Amino acid sequence: MKILYFAWLRQKIGIGEEQIDVPGDVTTPQALVEYLRNRGENYALAFTDVSAIKVAVNQEFADYETLLKPGDEVAFFPPVTGG
Amino acid sequence: MAVRVQQEDFDIGLELAQLTKGNPSVGGLCSFVGLVRDLNDGNSVATLTLEHYPGMTEKQLERIEAEAHDRWPLEASLIIHRFGTMHPEENIVLVATASAHRGAAFDACHFIMDYLKTEAPFWKVEATDAGERWVSERDSDGEARDRWKD
Repeated sequence: MKILYFAWLRQKIGIGEEQIDVPGDVTTPQALVEYLRNRGENYALAFTDVSAIKVAVNQEFADYETLLKPGDEVAFFPPVTGG
Repeated sequence: MAVRVQQEDFDIGLELAQLTKGNPSVGGLCSFVGLVRDLNDGNSVATLTLEHYPGMTEKQLERIEAEAHDRWPLEASLIIHRFGTMHPEENIVLVATASAHRGAAFDACHFIMDYLKTEAPFWKVEATDAGERWVSERDSDGEARDRWKD
């Protein structure tokens, strides 16, 4: 699974993108966040409050209950502030 | 219809002229340009850096532009959004809409900007006299977008 992080989330985790073979029970962004939190303190810190973090699956806005498939591209980022 | 996400600056006059060139049915052209401000939330801003999500950004902007064409009889439209590091007074974004009459052009331009602010994956980080900080979303931006939902 390809996972991307943007803005302060990218800074806190320390990378913008990674490829991870997640366990079979990681089937939603919610489960993915739980899994990532256990990868290190930087992840735990970045994902302290997911209510402030949006998620996109395959470049479409999604929610934390969206079903994930192997090979999906999952992105986490703060609310957008362009324009 | 055109969407461009680019690092380099754009020439507003040139872009607007090209948008309507060769189309005599355009009677109204409306444009909005977003610029880097030197002051935000009480702090002076030295530089503003825009990050985006390549791929999703273009997809979202094209969707917003297509939605505007569904809602209003537009003859032409253009969205240019920059990324990278910019200084006060520099252009960030250009939205232009052209129609036979002004009403559709005004409304569509406003609509595109309101949706772009809340649904296009861009993030701003500013270098201020108080240090580096990520710009927070504004509730008023969500409210501005929701006005278009009936």
